[in-house]
Amino acid sequence: MLAILALVLVAMTTLVFIQGATSVKLGLDLRGGTSVTLQPRIAPGEEGSITNEAIDQAVAIIRQRVNSLGVAESEVAAQGTGTSRQIVISVPGDTGRRVVDLVGQTAELRFRQVLATGAGASSVVDPAATPVAGVTPEINAQFAAFDCTLAENRQGTGTDLPSQTLVACDRAGLTKYILGPAEVLGRQISEASAGLDTQAGSAWFVSLAFNGEGTAAFAAVTSRVTSLPEPNNQLAIVLDGLVVSAPRITEAIPSGTAQITGSFTQLEAQDLANVLKYGALPLAFDRGEVQQVSPTLGADQLDAGLIAGALGLGLVVIFTLAYYRVLGFVTVGSLAIAGGILYLLFLLLGQWIGFTLTLAGIAGAIVAIGVTADSFIVYFERVRDEMREGRSLRTAVETGWVRARRTILIADFVSLIAAVLLYFFAVGGVRGFAFTLGLTTVIDLIIIFVFTKPALVLVSRLKFFTSGHRLSGFSSKSLGMPTTKEA
Amino acid sequence: MSKFSGLGGRLYRGETSIEFIGKRRRWYGVSIMFILVSIAALSLQGLQLGIEFKGGSSFTVTTNSPSVAQARSAVESAGVAGELIVQAVGDNKVRVQTGSLETSANNAVQDALAASFAVDVATIDTQIIGPSWGEEITRKALYGLIGFLIVIMLYLAMALEPKMAVAAIVAVVHDVFITVGIYALVGFDVTPATVIGFLTILGYSLYDTVVVFDKVRENTRTITASSTKTYSQAVNLAVNQTIVRSANTSIVAILPVASILFVGAGLLGAGTLKDLSLALFIGLIVGTYSSIFIAPPILASLREREPAMQALAKRVSARSGGVVSSTPSQGSSTPIIGRGPRNQPKRKGRK
Repeated sequence: MLAILALVLVAMTTLVFIQGATSVKLGLDLRGGTSVTLQPRIAPGEEGSITNEAIDQAVAIIRQRVNSLGVAESEVAAQGTGTSRQIVISVPGDTGRRVVDLVGQTAELRFRQVLATGAGASSVVDPAATPVAGVTPEINAQFAAFDCTLAENRQGTGTDLPSQTLVACDRAGLTKYILGPAEVLGRQISEASAGLDTQAGSAWFVSLAFNGEGTAAFAAVTSRVTSLPEPNNQLAIVLDGLVVSAPRITEAIPSGTAQITGSFTQLEAQDLANVLKYGALPLAFDRGEVQQVSPTLGADQLDAGLIAGALGLGLVVIFTLAYYRVLGFVTVGSLAIAGGILYLLFLLLGQWIGFTLTLAGIAGAIVAIGVTADSFIVYFERVRDEMREGRSLRTAVETGWVRARRTILIADFVSLIAAVLLYFFAVGGVRGFAFTLGLTTVIDLIIIFVFTKPALVLVSRLKFFTSGHRLSGFSSKSLGMPTTKEA
Repeated sequence: MSKFSGLGGRLYRGETSIEFIGKRRRWYGVSIMFILVSIAALSLQGLQLGIEFKGGSSFTVTTNSPSVAQARSAVESAGVAGELIVQAVGDNKVRVQTGSLETSANNAVQDALAASFAVDVATIDTQIIGPSWGEEITRKALYGLIGFLIVIMLYLAMALEPKMAVAAIVAVVHDVFITVGIYALVGFDVTPATVIGFLTILGYSLYDTVVVFDKVRENTRTITASSTKTYSQAVNLAVNQTIVRSANTSIVAILPVASILFVGAGLLGAGTLKDLSLALFIGLIVGTYSSIFIAPPILASLREREPAMQALAKRVSARSGGVVSSTPSQGSSTPIIGRGPRNQPKRKGRK
C-alpha cells in the first residue's frame, strides 16, 4: 500500500513537470482583476428563450468583445444549468471599468444595406465607393480613416443604433463597410438552419424564414436593392456592430423564406445559421455581480489565506500530538501527504480544467484539515476501544479498522454529498469552496486507506507501541485500563 | 490529558455514564428554548442582509489617511442620494456602501473617491450587485438545502437505519435553525458566504451524528435477543462510548475554522473568509451539541415506540425488578452516575 502511494506521488510529480504546471493558478480575488457575472434577463412570457444555444451564442459574442481588450488569460464562461445559467467574465489586471462597460451591452442582429465597402486597413481608400446617397461627408471621412486591423475597432460594442448609418468591420477585420439603417431586425427571423445542397455538389447553404413583419420588411428591402449596382445590392447581417456576412441579393424575395449560398464550409454555414437563429433572440443581461479587486487587496487576501491555513494546521498538529503522543505523528504524516497531493492536484487541475484557486477555495482546503484529521481520530479511538476489549495492539489495529472503515466511509460520503450539492447550488466564487472541500474529502478517503492504515499496521509492530510506552498513545494508562503491564 | 484518557476507558465500559437519554427532556427543553429565542429574534429583528441580497455597490479605498467623513462627503458630492454606509476597515481602509446605482453613478463615485483620497481609480476595490442577484442566491441555496436533506435522508436510511436518518435530519435542521437564530439575535451580516457556511454545517454536523449512530447500530444489532439493556440504555452507552471521539473530532474541526475566523476577521476585516468561518464556527458548536444531546435521544424515542423494543424494556425491567414506565429510564441495573474518578482505584503514584 505504502509503495503504491509512493508510486502515485512520484507519478503525479512527474506529470506536473511534464505538463509544465509549476504554479497554482490564482483566482482574481487573490491577484487582482475584475469579474462580472451576467444573468439573462427573462422577459415575461419568454421563459423558453434562455436556451443553452442562446447562452453559448452570448458567450461567443462577449468573448469576442473581451478578447479585443487584449488582456492575456481573460475568461468568458457559462455556469450553471437551465434558466439559471450565468455568464462569468474574468479579466485580470486593472481594466475594470472598460470590462464592465463592454460586457453589459445587448447584442442584436440587424440586416443593413451595404452602402460602400473597402479593404480593412485605413491606408487603402476606395474612391469609387464614396458618393452614395445619404452618406454624409463625416461618415465618408470616418470610413476613409477607419482601420479594421486594429483590435479596438473589432470589439463590437453593441452601441450601434438601428436608425444610424454606420461604419463597421467584418469579424475578421478584412473588409470595412458603410452600412445603411437597419431594415430587418433579428427578432423578425423565425427560423434559420444550415443545409447541404446535394444536387450542386457538396455546397453548404443557410436557409432562413421570417415572421409576418419580417417577411414584409425583407420583401421591401430585397426588391429595392436587387437591381442596384455592386456593392449596394448586398445586405449585411450585422451582429453586435460587426458584419457577420454580407450576401448579395439576387432577386426580390416576397415569400419570407430565403437561402444564403456561397462557398461555405459546414462549420461556417452552421455558425451563420446560429448567429441568425440566436441573434434573433437578443438576450438581455443584468449585471448580477461586479467585483473589482486591486492587486494589493489580492495579495493581502492570499497572505491571509495562507496564514490561516498554517495556523489551522499548526493547531491541529499540536492537538493531535498532545492527545495521541507519538502516535500523532501518523496523523501529521497523513496531513502532510494529503496536503502534498492537494497541491499537486491544484497544479494539474489548473492545467487540465483551468482550475483557479480562490480565497473561498483556500478556506475550503483549511476546513478540510478538520475532515481529514477526523477520520484518523475515528480510527484511532476505535483501535483504543478494541484494546479496552482486551485485544493486543496488533489485533486491535485490524479489527478496529474493519469497524472504523464503515463509519469513515459513511461519514465521508455524507461530506461528499454536501460538497457536490454545494457546488451545483453555489453562486459565483463560493463554488471554489465546495470544489476544494469535495476534492479534499476524496483525498482523505484515499489517504486513510493507503497511508494511515498501513502506517498504523507498521507502527503496531514496533516495540515502542506494543509495550504500551507511556508516550505511545496506547499505554494502558491512557486507555484507562486496569494497570496490568505498567511497571 | 491522561486523566481525560482514563475517563474515556471508563465511559467505554459504562463505569462512568452520563445520562444523555434518560434526561432527554432536559436537553429537549434547552433546545426548544433556543429555538423559541431564534424564532423571536428572526421575527422581531430579522437577518442583517448584506448588499449581495439587497443590491448595491461597495467601494473600498486603501489609503494612509482613511477618513469616514471625507469618504462620505466625497460620495455625496458625486450626487449619490439615499442610504450610505461608510465605515473604516482595519487601519488603512475605508468602505462605502450605497444602494443600487447606474453604471455611470458607480463610475462617478469611484472618481470622486479617487480624487478625494488622491489614489488611482484602479486601486479602489469595487463590488456592484444587481438587484435581482440576492433572489438568485436565495433560491439556489433553498434548492440546495432541500436537495441535500432529501439525498442525505435516503442515503442514511440505506447506510444506517430509516429512523436514524429521521433523527439525524431533525438534528441538522435544529442546527441550522439555531445558527440562523444566533445571526438574527447578534445581528451579524448575512452574505452569500454566510449562506454557504450554513449549508456546509449540514455536512459537518452530520459527521459526528454518523459516528454516534454507527456505534448505536453496532450496540443494538442483537439487542432483542438478550434482555440486559433497553434500547435507550444501549443508545446511552453508545453516546458515552463515542463522546471522547465526538469531542476530539469537534475540536479538530473547530481549530482550523477558528484560525480562519481569527485571521480573516483580524487581517482582512469583513469578507468571504470571515463570513464563511463565522457561520461554520457557530454551526460546528451547535452541531456538536445536537449530535450528542438531540439526535440520539430522538432516535431512542422513535425506536422505543416499536413493540419489540417495548417488550424488551419490559423484560429488562422485570429482570431488575423495577417498574416499567412509558418514558424509558435508566433501570437500576445500570451503573449510577457520579461514580467519578475519585471512586476509581488510585493508580497515580503507583508508578
